Amino acid sequence: MDFDLSKPQKLLKESAREFLARECKPERVRALMETETAHDDGLWQAIADQGWLALLVPEEHGGLGLGLVEMAAVAEEMGRACLPGPFLSTLFATALIERAGSAEQRAKYLEPIAAGELRATVALLEEGASWDTESAKLKAQREGGSFRVTGRKLFVNDAETSNLLICVALDGDGLALLPVERGAGGVSIKPMASMDGTRKVYEVSFEGVSVPEADALGADGDARGALNGALEVATTALCAEMVGGMQWVLDTAVEYAKTRQQFGRAIGSFQAVQHQCADMLMMTESARSAAYYAAWTLTENDPAASVAVSIAKAYCSDAYREVGNRGVQVHGGIGFTWEHDLQLYYKRSKSSETLFGDATFHRERIACLVVDKEKN
Amino acid sequence: MDLNLTPNEQQFRDEFRAWLKANVPSEWKGGQLGSEDREDYIKYLRDWQRVLYEGGWAGISWPKAFGGRGATLMEQAIFQEELARANAPQLIGTIGLSLVGPTIIALGTDEQKARYLPKILSGEEIWCQGFSEPNAGSDLAALGTKAVRDGDDFIINGQKIWTSFAQLADWCLLLVRTDAEAPKHKGITCLLLDMRLEGIAVRPLRQMSGDSGFNEVFFSNVRVPVGQVLGEINKGWTTAITALMNERANLGTGVQVVFKRNLEALIARSRTVERQGRPASEDPLVRQKLAQAFLELEILRLNTNRALTSLSKTGIPGPEGSTLKLYWSEMNQRTQQTAQEILGPYGQLKEFDNGLWEYAYLRSRGNTIEAGTSEIQRNIIAERVLGLPKSY
Ligand SMILES: Cc1cc2nc3c(=O)[nH]c(=O)nc-3n(C[C@H](O)[C@H](O)[C@H](O)COP(=O)(O)OP(=O)(O)OC[C@H]3O[C@@H](n4cnc5c(N)ncnc54)[C@H](O)[C@@H]3O)c2cc1C
Repeated sequence: MDFDLSKPQKLLKESAREFLARECKPERVRALMETETAHDDGLWQAIADQGWLALLVPEEHGGLGLGLVEMAAVAEEMGRACLPGPFLSTLFATALIERAGSAEQRAKYLEPIAAGELRATVALLEEGASWDTESAKLKAQREGGSFRVTGRKLFVNDAETSNLLICVALDGDGLALLPVERGAGGVSIKPMASMDGTRKVYEVSFEGVSVPEADALGADGDARGALNGALEVATTALCAEMVGGMQWVLDTAVEYAKTRQQFGRAIGSFQAVQHQCADMLMMTESARSAAYYAAWTLTENDPAASVAVSIAKAYCSDAYREVGNRGVQVHGGIGFTWEHDLQLYYKRSKSSETLFGDATFHRERIACLVVDKEKN
Repeated sequence: MDLNLTPNEQQFRDEFRAWLKANVPSEWKGGQLGSEDREDYIKYLRDWQRVLYEGGWAGISWPKAFGGRGATLMEQAIFQEELARANAPQLIGTIGLSLVGPTIIALGTDEQKARYLPKILSGEEIWCQGFSEPNAGSDLAALGTKAVRDGDDFIINGQKIWTSFAQLADWCLLLVRTDAEAPKHKGITCLLLDMRLEGIAVRPLRQMSGDSGFNEVFFSNVRVPVGQVLGEINKGWTTAITALMNERANLGTGVQVVFKRNLEALIARSRTVERQGRPASEDPLVRQKLAQAFLELEILRLNTNRALTSLSKTGIPGPEGSTLKLYWSEMNQRTQQTAQEILGPYGQLKEFDNGLWEYAYLRSRGNTIEAGTSEIQRNIIAERVLGLPKSY
């Protein structure tokens, strides 16, 4: 057993850190945050050149075919840099297409995704704002060889910059996963202005949008299983990203505590401040253990994977918010300003908390798997 | 990163699993936690330890020469997981196994190793830790129990307090002051003390939980040969730190076994006690709390395995052990609070489940005090891990 990154994994992580320190400085995060989409073509292409969009894509489709641990290592650095834009939404879609798509569909979508030419997002949430796939109620009507959809999806990440929206709709008792081009007739996209400007969400309306039955993903398989699996992948990457964010907040708070002087000495010599920092470390490290464990179990198809993913997301959701809060507190007044970068991370902690299900949602999932399980 | 077991680790696991299957006493019900000082319970654990020892499964990480297996740290983790999985009784003499033994291995002479280690493993000799004093708790280096040199002996006078297992112990890892003039960290010596020596009086203290886990120990002109020094004279602080680091690093793996069994019992109980006419396990709030307890315990296991990975690369337990200690002690208090909420007034009964919940709840109060308080652990993390300036 070796619960540490391997040498190549460490190198990958270091190179991600260097790349982001160069290409995604706080000034750029702030600039992108002020734009309508938080997306930048140049940055996206640079990310594609790093191979990150290809990381999980199988080699036969032009990808690197690496595992979730490698993804987590890179995502952690993205979180440390508070990388704005549609990486995570495209990753979610990538994992979904990989699981639900036919060979032909995979070739059609995954290759351009890996190359940075296609961005995709999954439209799942509705009024209830629940990440439970059972909550998707939007109906897909079969009509002369096509699915027809009329209705609204909410909180769709990065819809405006995605070329492809995968709409999750109900087809009888099952799910229809419908790839819709952003510009297709009947699709309209409206921003939902939200707290975290680095990760935009949208309301997407479908007005009699038609998708040929043959285009639906997962039509002849287990669409719901594929969606749940893809959610687990995206959730795990998000958890690793949250760990990176926590690490940034911790490092920044500790650095500040060493230099800021009050009462003639560094505030880091006061135990009230020290203990906040000690707790931040404990939470950050615990979150890291949980996130990488989830990544590893998913990669290995370990039977514990579903529980592990929910453990990671439940813990990270609470921990990032808490670490963010303590980071603000240690900084005093400056920590509450727009000027200090802490605000970026604090808001990111909040949007990450609810994305793919908050702690309450994931604890209930754990309860279903652990409490309800009949003892053998 | 590879959390799969290596072929060697797998073989180790399979072997131990098979051994446990054949050897865990069938009458052991697992939930029988009860208080620490019950004689039948202590005897039970002693016998169990003997069985483990004879099977070659005690102190597995210790060198083969001293009765261990030379097992890797990872095998140690596997060992604990398998104990938990088999619902086996825990090991007794944890102070000997997790604190005294490793310290003797690190700093003892060959004779000391040969004399003491095998009997710690077999459970034949139980150890206690004589560190804290009435006026030296968190500030351990302020200890005042005096040892004055007289020829080839030290003569000891003074008092220890909170000494767990002193009432049963055969031996004590004792810290004494041998140089009153030197700065406080530089005049301390560590002794391997025979608890049967003349002049030692043990007075049990009753704990909040009603049992007598810890004691006062009084020394009046106790004569100890100088050969009993562990480490060097006046360098006892180094010995103490080695012991404390081992204690913090090791306890985290040991307590998991107890916690896991406890949580499983709680989950099973939640199906039989009621909330609003339904099993508590169906109540949304109870489910949230059980899931939280479950995930926190899983994360304890993961944190421990990560710490072991890093320890197997660096060799010596460092201040990071404080994070583990802080985590598990506070975790257990939250979990016991959850248990009380689920069980309501039943949780306070001395007869319900053998008094398990009443005892575990109260006992958990001590978790954030023993082996260094949470405040002290946070100080250590802040100053020695994060590098913040000293607060005192
Ligand atoms: C169940 C149990 C078993 C034990 N077993 C043993 C044993 O076998 N052998 C042994 O030697 N000892 C044992 N102890 C003693 C234990 O190690 C001490 O109780 C502990 O170190 C605290 O010391 P104290 O009780 O003197 O409290 P104090 O040190 O007086 O602490 C009182 C309060 O002040 C705080 N405080 C003190 N100093 C600081 C500081 N610098 N910064 C911030 N806060 C501070 C503490 O955190 C605590 O909240 C045991 C204790 C318990 C509860």
